[in-house]
Amino acid sequence: MEFSRRDTLALGAGAVALTILPFQAVAAADDMIAAFTGGADVAEGGVTLTAPEIAENGNTVPVSVSSEGAEAILLLAAGNPTPDVATFKFGELAGSQSASTRIRLAGTQDVVAIAKMADGTFARASQTVKVTIGGCGG
Amino acid sequence: MADGVKPRVKAPKSAAAGEVVTIKTLISHKMESGQRKDSDGNQIPRSIINRFTAEYNGALVIDVDLAPAISTNPYFEFEATVPEAGDFKFTWYDDDGSVYEDSKSVAIG
Repeated sequence: MEFSRRDTLALGAGAVALTILPFQAVAAADDMIAAFTGGADVAEGGVTLTAPEIAENGNTVPVSVSSEGAEAILLLAAGNPTPDVATFKFGELAGSQSASTRIRLAGTQDVVAIAKMADGTFARASQTVKVTIGGCGG
Repeated sequence: MADGVKPRVKAPKSAAAGEVVTIKTLISHKMESGQRKDSDGNQIPRSIINRFTAEYNGALVIDVDLAPAISTNPYFEFEATVPEAGDFKFTWYDDDGSVYEDSKSVAIG
């Protein structure tokens, strides 16, 4: 395949778009938080987010969240192509407002948990996870 | 993708009334994120489990919405209160419309 001047310019534009993309993902995460909270204030603390400091394999990173008195917990990975990870809703027979799962992380980034309390307030916690090998198969 | 999907649940066989028990669930599913490309550069379409619920005697324990960022073979660990003898019912909802179910009975004593 030969590159014409036009192709080269298009490639260059594509590369620029790629470097801008992570910032867009962060904005998407903010949008998701706003959608979840409805624009309400989010207090720091009140949620426990447990994630490894360094994850060798981004394909399966063990994460647990817990927040006493929470109705729902939203889990986000701000640096993923789509920041949404999971939403946990706790029912009347939940023994505790906690859950563990395994998630994919595209690279080193912040993992964020937002809890919706039964009284309508919101709390957040975040932790940076260093990822050695990304888990989005790019 | 409905082949090779097998739910596995670990729950106690018996508990005291009102006891909080830990439940572990795992379902074998490749959770294709929709981000990956095959060897020809074509996008592999998304195929994931998008929702998981756990109920005990019809009362909700946990309801999880899953995104493609959940790892292959989705694993969940959570706690449930067991007020009386009965059955746990676990349900996984696939993108293709399939529903996978599993149940576990818990006795009091």
